[in-house]
Amino acid sequence: MSNITDIDLHTYADGQLDEARRLLVEAHLAHDAQAAENVRVWREQNEALRALYNPVLNEPVPRRLLAARAPRGRWPYYALAAGAMGLAFGLGWMVHAYRVDGSVETAALPRRAAVAYAVYAPEVRHPVEVGAEQQDHLVKWLSKRLGHDLRIPVLTQQGLELVGGRLLPGGSGPVAQFMYQDSKGQRVTLYVSRRDAEPRDTAFRFSQEDKIAVFYWIDGKLGYALSAEMDRARLLTVATVVYRQLNP
Amino acid sequence: MESAEIVAHIPRLRRYARALAGDSQRADDLVQDTLERALGKFHLWRRGSDMRAWMFAIMHNVFINQLKARRELALDEAVEDGLQSAPQSDPLELRDLDAALRRLPAEQREVLLLVGLEQLSYAEASQALNVPVGTVMSRLSRGRERLRALMSGAAAAANLKLVK
Repeated sequence: MSNITDIDLHTYADGQLDEARRLLVEAHLAHDAQAAENVRVWREQNEALRALYNPVLNEPVPRRLLAARAPRGRWPYYALAAGAMGLAFGLGWMVHAYRVDGSVETAALPRRAAVAYAVYAPEVRHPVEVGAEQQDHLVKWLSKRLGHDLRIPVLTQQGLELVGGRLLPGGSGPVAQFMYQDSKGQRVTLYVSRRDAEPRDTAFRFSQEDKIAVFYWIDGKLGYALSAEMDRARLLTVATVVYRQLNP
Repeated sequence: MESAEIVAHIPRLRRYARALAGDSQRADDLVQDTLERALGKFHLWRRGSDMRAWMFAIMHNVFINQLKARRELALDEAVEDGLQSAPQSDPLELRDLDAALRRLPAEQREVLLLVGLEQLSYAEASQALNVPVGTVMSRLSRGRERLRALMSGAAAAANLKLVK
């Protein structure tokens, strides 16, 4: 009959066959039960693989991966820092790896951050209390209110300019919210809350709060949540830059 | 800084690495080494080309090096052919797909995962693994047959248990 090869069948099963050839294969499969069975099994294998491993996509990203840097040798200065960071993160990660973090505090963080985003990000006239032009004042003021030195990440290379910041009530005290926006007016907020509990570090976690994507993590005495209505991959890129600047 | 885009690929690299390496610690070691190498070699990435395929190529090299270092490199093809015709040993141990994957030669597992899990085209898989497309096809074909045999062995064993 037709000159359908095994390669055609695999290509068909993987959905990579062009239209003309696909029709030929389908005609062939109608008459060849063994070939049809093979295709069915291969597709089932593909589906089973995705069902088994897709959950990894939603796991928290270990910090050591976000902290990955170019290996030593290429940029000596970087390398030194990378070595020290790698060690610190390696140790930190080992200590904290897979500690199940079900605390109320951590669960509330992305929700609160997303609500704060939803309230202030659409604000046209008063998105912030103190604008970027008074950045020094902003940092001093919010650091004082939170009782902890804060730093404002610079995200210009990610196309995000600082708009400014504001003070908010959190679950157990004051919270700082820094707002950024890109050239299209797309906004991103960094929500920083002071924690009274034992200092500790967590992995990067992701939460989708309705339309708002949130990456959040805890770093010692501070909890951070980066929120935006943007796709997760892009936000992860920004979150990583934030994280690195806060942990130089 | 475009190299920042690399981190956007982390979730998918982790998925592939988990399937490839098995346990999560080893998988994340693999991802970390891949990221470090990608950052170190970022100037070699051709702007406009598919970054993901490029990163899979890097991961392939890292993976092969790790296997070599652990002396676990897959049985070579000749030995593997012999095994394929031999009766399956202890199918009772094959509880699931993950266990079955561990029993595939690494080179077949890689192709099966790049195509089936990551949905790379055959051409992309051939680039990532640095082998001709024909080799991708033959590994895919043999990997699928082997996986099928392993899984049906497991299913047969499970049925046997049920009947008893």
